[in-house]
Amino acid sequence: MKLSEVRDILDAEIIVGEDCLDLEVHTAFGADLMSDVLAFAKAGSLLLTGLTNTQVIRTANVLDIAAIILVRGKKPSSETIALASELKIPILTTKYILFETAGRLYMKGIVGCLSKVENTSGRT
Amino acid sequence: MGEPKPNLYSESFHIEGGNFNSAGIVSTSIKSILKKLGIPGDIVRKAAIVSYEAEINVVSYAKKAVVNLTVGPGVVRIEVIDEGQGIPNIDLAMQEGYSTADQRIREMGFGAGMGLCNIKNYSDDFHIESEVGKGTHLKMTIQTP
Ligand SMILES: Nc1ncnc2c1ncn2[C@@H]1O[C@H](COP(=O)(O)OP(=O)(O)OP(=O)(O)O)[C@@H](O)[C@H]1O
Ligand SMILES: [Mg+2]
Repeated sequence: MKLSEVRDILDAEIIVGEDCLDLEVHTAFGADLMSDVLAFAKAGSLLLTGLTNTQVIRTANVLDIAAIILVRGKKPSSETIALASELKIPILTTKYILFETAGRLYMKGIVGCLSKVENTSGRT
Repeated sequence: MGEPKPNLYSESFHIEGGNFNSAGIVSTSIKSILKKLGIPGDIVRKAAIVSYEAEINVVSYAKKAVVNLTVGPGVVRIEVIDEGQGIPNIDLAMQEGYSTADQRIREMGFGAGMGLCNIKNYSDDFHIESEVGKGTHLKMTIQTP
């Protein structure tokens, strides 16, 4: 699905990346723990999170995350916005809580970038 | 052994411990350098992840560090040499879930005790040495096609 559709489903506001609405996304990962995002998230996925610091942008950048969805109505700082613009990582913000955000996207066909962790560590 | 092969690229970077605002700058640079050199995307991503995890650890637990990036034929090497408290028990530090991170690190979304495991998992070859009171030395090798 296109990022514009993600925006519509989540009634989201685009904070960075008005020019990226045609981006195609199929998978997502949601967490407030960047340690887990780094271990599990796959390239090209949406990142659903309630954290708004600049490390979220750095994390998304190293992982080749397609776009960041801030949940629970979180608004990023101007520093975070500047870094996301520089690294060309779209940020959307939605008032839905993480559970609702994930559920609404899942109903429309977005799936987890992995569904279960493998063994205890879950990594390859 | 044969003739030593020439490196295609090498560069050193500095990381300042305790400075969370700058954490990630070095890995972002490494990522863009490797991309420009035409290294495949999945390899660039691995290199970016391992250097970022190492960078976050330096910022969290050490005073300062030097990062050496070397790109040779078939290989990307990243070495992180820090000056700091060192790691008293490497086996313990390598265990998933073990962390001494403080509140400030946790608030930023880190400190789950996953970083060193993640570095090992994304590297084709990983070495860690540490001396208490002196510092920690990480060597990561990622093969390129
Ligand atoms: N460069 C370092 N200098 C000193 N101690 C370190 C260093 N790197 C790691 N450690 C120690 O090893 C522990 C485990 O590190 P690791 O990166 O695996 O997890 P973490 O940093 O605690 O959490 P995460 O990486 O998941 O955010 C740290 O909590 C810290 O005690
Ligand atoms: Mg760590």
